[in-house]
Amino acid sequence: MARITLSQLRHSYMANPVDEADWALKQLDLQWDDGGAYALLGPSGCGKTTLLNIISGLLEPSHGRILFNDEDVTHLPPEQRHIAQVFQFPVVYDTMTVYDNLAFPLRNRGVPESEVDKRVTEIAAMTDLTAMLKKRAAGLTADGKQKISLGRGLVRTDVNAILFDEPLTVIDPHLKFQLRSKLKELHQRVSRTMIYVTHDQTEALTFADKVVVMNVGEVVQIGTPEELFDEPQHTFVGHFIGSPGMNVLPCDIDHGQAVFAGQRLETANKAAQASQNSNEIGVRPEHVRFSSTGLDARVVKVSDAGRFNIVEAECGGHSLKVLVKEGAEIPSETAKLEFIPESTRIYQDGWLAGRRSAP
Amino acid sequence: MNKTVNQKAWFLVLPVLLLVAFNAIVPLMTVVNYSVQETFGNNVFFWAGISWFEDVLRSPRFHDALGRQLTFTFTILLIEVPLGVIIALAMPRKGIWVSVCLVLMAMPLLIPWNVVGAMWNIFALPEIGLLGKTLNAIGFDYNYTRQTGDAWFTLILMDVWHWTSLVVLLAYAGLVSIPDAYYQAAKIDGASSWAIFRYIQLPKMKRVLTIAILLRFMDSFNIYTEPSVLTGGGPGNSTTLLSIDLVKIALGQFDLGPAAAMSLIYFLVILLMSWIFYTVMTRDEANQ
Amino acid sequence: MRRLTWLVPTIYILFLMLPIYWLVSMSFKTTNEILGSFTLFPQSFTLENYRVIFTDPTWYNGYINSLIYVSINTVLSVCIALPAAYAFSRYRFLGDKHLFFWLLTNRMAPAAVFALPFFQLYSAIGIFDTHLAVALAHTLFNVPLAVWILEGFMSGVPKQLDETAYIDGYSFPNFFVRIFVPTIAAGIGVAAFFCFMFSWVELLLAKTLTAVAAKPIAATMTKTASSSGYELGLLAAAGTLTIIPGAIVIYFVRNYIAKGFALGRV
Repeated sequence: MARITLSQLRHSYMANPVDEADWALKQLDLQWDDGGAYALLGPSGCGKTTLLNIISGLLEPSHGRILFNDEDVTHLPPEQRHIAQVFQFPVVYDTMTVYDNLAFPLRNRGVPESEVDKRVTEIAAMTDLTAMLKKRAAGLTADGKQKISLGRGLVRTDVNAILFDEPLTVIDPHLKFQLRSKLKELHQRVSRTMIYVTHDQTEALTFADKVVVMNVGEVVQIGTPEELFDEPQHTFVGHFIGSPGMNVLPCDIDHGQAVFAGQRLETANKAAQASQNSNEIGVRPEHVRFSSTGLDARVVKVSDAGRFNIVEAECGGHSLKVLVKEGAEIPSETAKLEFIPESTRIYQDGWLAGRRSAP
Repeated sequence: MNKTVNQKAWFLVLPVLLLVAFNAIVPLMTVVNYSVQETFGNNVFFWAGISWFEDVLRSPRFHDALGRQLTFTFTILLIEVPLGVIIALAMPRKGIWVSVCLVLMAMPLLIPWNVVGAMWNIFALPEIGLLGKTLNAIGFDYNYTRQTGDAWFTLILMDVWHWTSLVVLLAYAGLVSIPDAYYQAAKIDGASSWAIFRYIQLPKMKRVLTIAILLRFMDSFNIYTEPSVLTGGGPGNSTTLLSIDLVKIALGQFDLGPAAAMSLIYFLVILLMSWIFYTVMTRDEANQ
Repeated sequence: MRRLTWLVPTIYILFLMLPIYWLVSMSFKTTNEILGSFTLFPQSFTLENYRVIFTDPTWYNGYINSLIYVSINTVLSVCIALPAAYAFSRYRFLGDKHLFFWLLTNRMAPAAVFALPFFQLYSAIGIFDTHLAVALAHTLFNVPLAVWILEGFMSGVPKQLDETAYIDGYSFPNFFVRIFVPTIAAGIGVAAFFCFMFSWVELLLAKTLTAVAAKPIAATMTKTASSSGYELGLLAAAGTLTIIPGAIVIYFVRNYIAKGFALGRV
């Protein structure tokens, strides 16, 4: 059980990184509370697996420190960090039974057999493995094997955190949901710190209390799923989370206000002054509506997404998406669009304009 | 992989079938033919029934050769397999040294067998060979052409030299195919080196080791050229293995009947033992 | 402890190199030096032994003969094994398992058993003492091996590749040559390597099936060793030269050797 602190963490796979792009992980400062459920979310190659391996001790960072509670574990090997990890591809000891697999971490640590039996039975019940305890682990399906991996982490009482590296990759779609709910349930029962790495927003948002969104080696936002959706701190978050993602449209800045397609827009935040590089407004398709006044637009395409229709419109020379409830009327050809001011934001150089501090 | 039933696949197999049948069945029939006949030269043959088989099976000469063969095969298996695994475990996994090790280790495998025999013949000569001279210099009375023990020692050392690399290569191939995640999981589970070997490496190597043992078993049972060049079966008959004895009978004495009968018995012994071994080694997998 | 693991392969390689070194060093010595004194390094360094080999046709023809039949054998074995391996890896058909096992039993057949019948068979059809005879004889153990290795590699190629190609309108031969063969090029390399290896090192059959015209280098060596007394230097030089082709081949396939057997199915 531990609070995990990452302090000024940087990592590069190169011996002598020169360019900013040489860093797999740029400056990172994070604190994870004991017992929380966290997700590390980001596209492939964003550095999330690197970060996970640094936490588990399989990799030593080039710079910075990792603290478990107040103990510096930066240079400790994995076995002394008391963490457990569930890998992308199920790792089980093929020749052992499910029981022996679960008992393995305890036996390696010299736990007496009576205690082993108690723990294994308890964890097997928790992970629905009781019926299979006597079976060979090799004979199980992928989800069964992932449960064993997880069980090997849960069975130990000294575990500081359980790390998951995209654990549902090889699981059949219809079982993904089950296993995910199981994880959530287990987290509530054992209240261990769990860190879940994924590139799938559904997995991250349903599992975690707090999600860390990463992009090209950098943390772009940390927040609850609601915060990520409602107040993206970076256009990347807006775009990556939500389906379809946030509309990001280039704009001009005049006296702190956004000007798009010749119109001054009311927004939730103000920009102090125009940026040299990029000035954009971001608004989610959910927060755009057709109305009688507003921006001139042209409807290009309508696609049915079940309870919603996704309308692709062209406005001020840019394409944007509008989410319309099923059954609601959609104007054909020309229309007027309105952005809901509380949910429309100005972004400069990618970041939310006027945000108080770096994440 | 689920395969589809397709009898036309026979056409794809046909060339192999014809070629191997030509090579295997015709000569095998010839052998069977000889094994049941008696000849007094001039290509005149008489039916001899199974008398040759009875003779061979009863002859002490065959028993001795078979005994020597079994001793030889099991000795080299007992040395080469564990040694090969140990070396494979100790080999580097990455970098330039992998290539260096693989290339150097594979060298003995590609030397013609009679050259291997000749090389060791020279290498072990007590007067002018490095091994023979060294052993004598440090106080051993070593002479493989005169003393049975020394001949066996040289023969086994030569085979270990020649073939351990095959086990190494196979075991190594098995080892590098283990994903990193297994080692990482084992580290996290606090497994000792022995536990990693016992529960990860050995199970993953099982398949290739089965192949290695089968190949070494079959090939060592067939071994002819190297020992015949090294010791010629001597001193006396002390290192006369099955193949050497067979060639002595067939080509040396032209006793075709007994040689043929012996060939068949010999072949059946290999088949039977390979089959038993194969069944035992793969039974586990079938159970799952 | 961990730091010393490099010692194990190092000592093993040293052990492997010692006899080879002795052979090579002897090939540079004169017969007098070999028989007269025990020297670790050639004292009177000579290339005489090599000169003899490269100027005497009975010697260098041996090499040429060996290389010819080994090449024929390798090409033949791989080409014939390819379709069969494909059949075993993709289809189930009547007697497939038995056939596969029967093929492998030929790998177990002792060459000594087959030497005499081969001699008679090949004499009868009139190809005794030709390169083809040796190449054909060696297919006995190389074809099963090639089928075995190739089948392993092919089973690793997803069946969807075949299906996609057929949907795209490829005929079977077209698909096989244009798409499938390039896909398993590594497997073909490995199979060819092992065919080369086992054909190159085999002597008993090669010697039995040849007299003059196709006599392999290995057989030339045994003749020399027995007939013209003990010309150890010459023998050593000839032996040294037989190591070279193998060493070259290993260098090219070093990354695939280990995989070859690992992927074959038991």
